[in-house]
Amino acid sequence: MRIGIDVGGTNTDAALMDGPRVLGACKSPTTSDVGSGIVTVLKKVLEMSGVPASAIRAVMIGTTHFTNAVVERRRLLEVAAVRLGLPATRALPPLTDWPKDLADTLGRHTFMVRGGNEFDGRKIAPLDEAELVRIGQEIRKRGLRAASVTSVFSPVTPEMELRAAEILHAEVPDLSISLSHEIGRVGFLERENASVMNASLADLSRKVVSSFRSALKELSIDAPFYISQNDGTLMVPDYVERYPVLTFASGPTNSMRGAAVLAGEPDAMVIDIGGTTSDVGMLMNRFPRESAVAVDIGGVRTNFRMPDVLAVGLGGGSIVRDEGARIGPDSVGYEITSRSLVFGGDTMTTTDIVVAAGLEDIGDRSRVARIPAKTIETALDTIHKIADGAVDRMKTSAEPLPVVLVGGGSILISRDLPSASKVIRPDNASVANAIGAAIAQVGGEIDRIFSLEGTSRDVVLGGAKAEASERALAAGAKQGTVKVIDVEEVPLAYLPGSATRVRVKAIGDLAVE
Amino acid sequence: MKLNSEQLRDLAVGAAFLGTGGGGNPYVGRVMVQQCLDEGLSVEVVDPQDLTDDTLVIPTAMMGAPTVLVEKIPSGQEAIFSLQRLEKHIGRKAQATMPIEIGGINSTIPLLVGARLGLPVVDADGMGRAFPFLEMETFGVYGIPGSPMAVSDEYGDCALIEAVDNRQMEWLARAVAIRMGGCAYIAEYAMSGADVKRTAVPNTLTLAIRIGEVLRRARVEHRNPIDALLGFLPTTLYRYGRVIYAGKMIDVQRETKAGFAMGCALIEGLAPFQSVMEIEIQNENLVARVDGKVKAIVPDLICIMNTETAEPITSEDLRYGQRVTVLAVSVPEIMRTPEALKVFGPSCFGLKEPFTPIEEID
Repeated sequence: MRIGIDVGGTNTDAALMDGPRVLGACKSPTTSDVGSGIVTVLKKVLEMSGVPASAIRAVMIGTTHFTNAVVERRRLLEVAAVRLGLPATRALPPLTDWPKDLADTLGRHTFMVRGGNEFDGRKIAPLDEAELVRIGQEIRKRGLRAASVTSVFSPVTPEMELRAAEILHAEVPDLSISLSHEIGRVGFLERENASVMNASLADLSRKVVSSFRSALKELSIDAPFYISQNDGTLMVPDYVERYPVLTFASGPTNSMRGAAVLAGEPDAMVIDIGGTTSDVGMLMNRFPRESAVAVDIGGVRTNFRMPDVLAVGLGGGSIVRDEGARIGPDSVGYEITSRSLVFGGDTMTTTDIVVAAGLEDIGDRSRVARIPAKTIETALDTIHKIADGAVDRMKTSAEPLPVVLVGGGSILISRDLPSASKVIRPDNASVANAIGAAIAQVGGEIDRIFSLEGTSRDVVLGGAKAEASERALAAGAKQGTVKVIDVEEVPLAYLPGSATRVRVKAIGDLAVE
Repeated sequence: MKLNSEQLRDLAVGAAFLGTGGGGNPYVGRVMVQQCLDEGLSVEVVDPQDLTDDTLVIPTAMMGAPTVLVEKIPSGQEAIFSLQRLEKHIGRKAQATMPIEIGGINSTIPLLVGARLGLPVVDADGMGRAFPFLEMETFGVYGIPGSPMAVSDEYGDCALIEAVDNRQMEWLARAVAIRMGGCAYIAEYAMSGADVKRTAVPNTLTLAIRIGEVLRRARVEHRNPIDALLGFLPTTLYRYGRVIYAGKMIDVQRETKAGFAMGCALIEGLAPFQSVMEIEIQNENLVARVDGKVKAIVPDLICIMNTETAEPITSEDLRYGQRVTVLAVSVPEIMRTPEALKVFGPSCFGLKEPFTPIEEID
């Protein structure tokens, strides 16, 4: 049996699962120390399902804690942002194009050193080791505890980053160092940004991981635990301590994957309907389709792979106008309990419509008795049209797909949607995040530029696939379950030797004894 | 006109649009110029009509793989090395610089040079869009030799190329750029103010800025950005534009042939469009066909935009499943003459179909 936990900004949710079956699920407020909230919710879920702690084989935790820390600029360390690439890269020093307040929070300790590689592995310049020694001394003098090292083309040639870390460690043995090739892909600034953010979280990640650890210990759960990352796969705690940024997008990913399991559908559209918006995403083979565009986290440009989610202005608090012909995009939001008609307010919302239609019983029904039948009908039409349109926009083929509804606003959808083969409203939808964490698999990825000169495409792809699979195994996947789920090749224009950028992702089931 | 940050952001969007899928993402270029503005430097944009006939203009640019540029960020000095090396060779100081290519990242390199050296940047270029090769310039079409040309890297290594023609110049420079790491910075097509007025595609920098601005304003005011853009184009030299297709990306094929990113994008039509549009790509979008029939063809612009956000999508960022709208836009007459089509018309890309202006295709 496994337990999935979602530590959100407001609530900590837990779901106890036996295979794909949910044995129990509950919520509890997130506490500032994180750990005591986890203890509370774990106790509850074990109690309600009558399962002993000793029966738990694995615990999976999803958290938005690190994302929130960056967004709120709280509990971040000052960082020595070290770059290897001179004389290239000087035009844009580290932290360029960052929000001023965040760059200030991190102390603006930027260092640029001669080094880095070309796309084909040649050196831009030999690594300036003497300068790194001097930087190490400077880091010690400034009392910094975290550093990032980013070298040009390190995803292809990581040696200089590794050597730089050795030198810095020799000067400052307890320095937390984030190496960019471990974190991101080709795309220098975005990778450097992610590495600097990662370094700034070094303290917090240790604290959070240790609070996870002690919460489990307090309940005598001695099963291994894992933390879910952006792409819906799991990381071991040691890895999260070192690479907390890799959890940045795990929230929406877990929610969508959880929905898929609840509905029993590997390929589906998921609509998560909240108070103000509906987030629509697509699951392919149980994983969310990823967005192709650069993603801002706390105002900083990154190239994390995030689920491709379309937000439309349809929620339980969306305002109804023009006799039901126009809905949203504005919403009464959290004021629904005072502004909507059924709660004694004066604003007609989508929730009022479903109550007036007799589909739900919320608040005071008598307050919506005078909404004309035609308005109700038109509004219901409009609601379903918006949802259907959003699903259709996110689909990749004309084939109808199952649609899974989650979120508090899912009461709005009562009919079939033309673009859906069926509409599914699973139980336990409110803890989809925790369930998504519980079912996560482990993965490995590579993203590199290869030269096809003197070799063949098959050899290169074969090598790339093998390496991604090895990474999945190293991350804890069970032998024999690892498979390559995504291969993407992008030939690079204007380069000779058929240089091609190859991305491969492999995943496997978690090895749970 | 002095450029401000907002215009720079608009320029990056407009330049991506004019890149018709190629030319590289202008983000890095925009941030480099923004960095100059933050340091208190300024970028002065001048109208080509305001140049005196004997002004020496030396255009500057990046050449090579935009994919390398996003990883190997430049020092910012490379294009300046090239310009100064060319000045030395010619024995005269440049009085302005200018883009050779308005589409993509190359719209921004001269701005960086202009800001650092205090040189004005001419509001014009030689491609009016993006093209893969350095000889594909209206400058060359109308008699300006590309060389002498300087190619530099971040060290200040500099190759001076004097070639018999612009094609040979491109061929030699390409080899140098690869030795320099796959991406190098150049100064070429040095010319007089009189030649700029005669051979350049005028006012394309401000055009790119205005395109970005029109899209941005429409978004803010909740109007349809693509309609707003189509309403704006008739006031420019790119006077005719229309939506030739809208639908969903159902396939993207890519392969490398002879140093080109060759590919093909298939778009399944959504009402009122039926059937499937096929867009052939060689770095840029070259030709759009439906059922074998040409709907738009190079050098007219074929721009694939995100239907939701009206953001231009580069060839590299095309993905299965995207909702896209395809716009075709007429290029200025200077780019459609028989001489011009000999240098960057359909046959230069191995296409069999002749050039047909978008206005004459139904």
